[in-house]
Amino acid sequence: MLSEAEHQELNEILKKYPDKRSAVLPALYIAQRARNYLTDDDIRGVAEALDISVTEVQAIVGFYTLLRKDPTGKYIVQVCTDLPCALRGAEEFYRRLCQRLGLPPQGGTTDDGLFTVEAVVCLAACDKVPLAQINLKYYENLSDDRIDAILDGLRRDSEDA
Amino acid sequence: MSLLAEHVLLRHRDVPHIRDINVYTNHGGYDALRKALSDMRPEEVTDVVKAAGLRGRGGAGFPAGVKWSFIPAGVKPVYIVVNADESEPGTFKDREIIEANPHQMIEGIALCAYAVGAQAAYVYGRGEFKGPFVGLQQALDDAYEKGFLGRNILNSDFSFDIYTHLGAGAYICGEETALLESLEGKLGQPRNRPPFPAQVGLYNKPTVVNNVETLTNVPPIVLHGAQWYRQFGTDKSPGTKIFCLSGHVARPGNYELPLGAPLRHLIEECGGGVPGGRALKAILPAGASAPILPGPGWGTGDILDLSLDYESVQAAGSMLGSASFIVMDETVDMVWAASKMAHFFKHESCGKCSPCREGTYWVEDVYHRLRDGSGRPGDVDLLLNIADQMDGNCFCLLGEFSVCPVRSSIQHFRDEYEALVKG
Ligand SMILES: Cc1cc2nc3c(=O)[nH]c(=O)nc-3n(C[C@H](O)[C@H](O)[C@H](O)COP(=O)(O)O)c2cc1C
Ligand code: FES
Repeated sequence: MLSEAEHQELNEILKKYPDKRSAVLPALYIAQRARNYLTDDDIRGVAEALDISVTEVQAIVGFYTLLRKDPTGKYIVQVCTDLPCALRGAEEFYRRLCQRLGLPPQGGTTDDGLFTVEAVVCLAACDKVPLAQINLKYYENLSDDRIDAILDGLRRDSEDA
Repeated sequence: MSLLAEHVLLRHRDVPHIRDINVYTNHGGYDALRKALSDMRPEEVTDVVKAAGLRGRGGAGFPAGVKWSFIPAGVKPVYIVVNADESEPGTFKDREIIEANPHQMIEGIALCAYAVGAQAAYVYGRGEFKGPFVGLQQALDDAYEKGFLGRNILNSDFSFDIYTHLGAGAYICGEETALLESLEGKLGQPRNRPPFPAQVGLYNKPTVVNNVETLTNVPPIVLHGAQWYRQFGTDKSPGTKIFCLSGHVARPGNYELPLGAPLRHLIEECGGGVPGGRALKAILPAGASAPILPGPGWGTGDILDLSLDYESVQAAGSMLGSASFIVMDETVDMVWAASKMAHFFKHESCGKCSPCREGTYWVEDVYHRLRDGSGRPGDVDLLLNIADQMDGNCFCLLGEFSVCPVRSSIQHFRDEYEALVKG
């Protein structure tokens, strides 16, 4: 469900559009922020706030890859392994990363629930390989050491928190 | 050696910090908007863009001024939708504009709005542009504060707003009608065309849809005129273009060149050539969405002599599209490369029509088989057969594009396929 503050945030966003329904993606992003995925309650909350049927919102969540229905790690690590990146070693980079995190070669979520690691298609940064987005933030021109350091930093942050 | 004395689009490479509104205005920024609002009628803005011959940079190359002139008179409101979905594999130019030279795009949007009488624009970015859009919103806020956007712009009676909107991970939302559906809060699936968005677009109102780079061309055209603009490029493909260079080159990156520049210049001078003295095997000029062009040792003639304009790339058997040049050297297994693209299209098919939904699925399945050693005799012809069944039968161009890498890789590299089915 959306909190009072989130409702206010949504009301600001609604001013941009002549039709409420246009705010469905922004609203789902807000609802998804807390957990990185959407519960049935979240979906119902967005549907009610925008006067759309729950079924339609569910279909939208199913359609867009950045909206998630399943529990994920606290940090979603998306490594691009699409053709331009793969030509510059991104598939090997991805395999090694999965291995160091104790994940199968296709990725997954670490046992501590901290990282969900996925291979994705082009992220519009093909000249800065290897690269990843972590919770939608770009990390480019990576090396094994650099991404390990970045993940270590996030691990420490979440232990402190 | 550079073919341009100064960049027209990637101006941040000549003028540091031009993303800052004060630096932009100190270097002629928003002068074109000022000029248009004080000295030009709206249709004169459209006319100069037409005369300049600016063609859409999102892929199709449709003349921008002509598109603007399709907006019917008297139907209000009119919308502009800026396509910043940038999801074609190998494309990363719009992001650089948004991050490093956002005001030139914003000024271009405002000029387009003045020309077509639009009240509002939405810049639709792919969801992964969340970070770049924070900077864009800041640039918009600055433009409002200085009076370049909002009510009574520069004390004229022209008022206009720009909003940002983020998608959520779907390549198909780059297709303009799917983008409009997505912006209306629906599934991002394409609409029938006609009617075209210029008649029935966002919220069923007349809408101009243009790419980020297209609109970024507009301020210099309005400021300096069509003749000035036509000093760059060829007669049919005027102006400069950002080429996204990726894959097997020493220096991948964005390079702005006049249209019609030789491919050799892009790859060798700009990109530093194929590393390690290896041979150039193949090039994809428009990401995954156009046929592969074979390198000198694999095709007829020297591909490096190709002139980079819309007509020449088409005559060579491919398309310039968004000019996302993916370079592959002699070590690349072409069946693997094609299978990567097959995976992309299967992943991104929106599911609306069955030829695309089932065709892309089937194609990827055959590639899996070929790649894991269980290819069957006849599989190569099967791929061609599926491509034939999809060709012309898909609801939108995504499905139509998806067969390009399949067919062209088989056409030029069939022996690599056959080697996998003999076993
Ligand atoms: C499958 C598909 C994906 C597309 N993706 C994009 C894109 O990411 N960005 C873009 O500007 N145009 C994209 N286009 C082209 C748009 O449909 C449209 O032609 C373009 O936005 C018009 O702007 P322009 O005339 O300025 O190029 C795509 C088209 C198709 C068929
Ligand atoms: S292919 Fe990886 S960012 Fe484009």
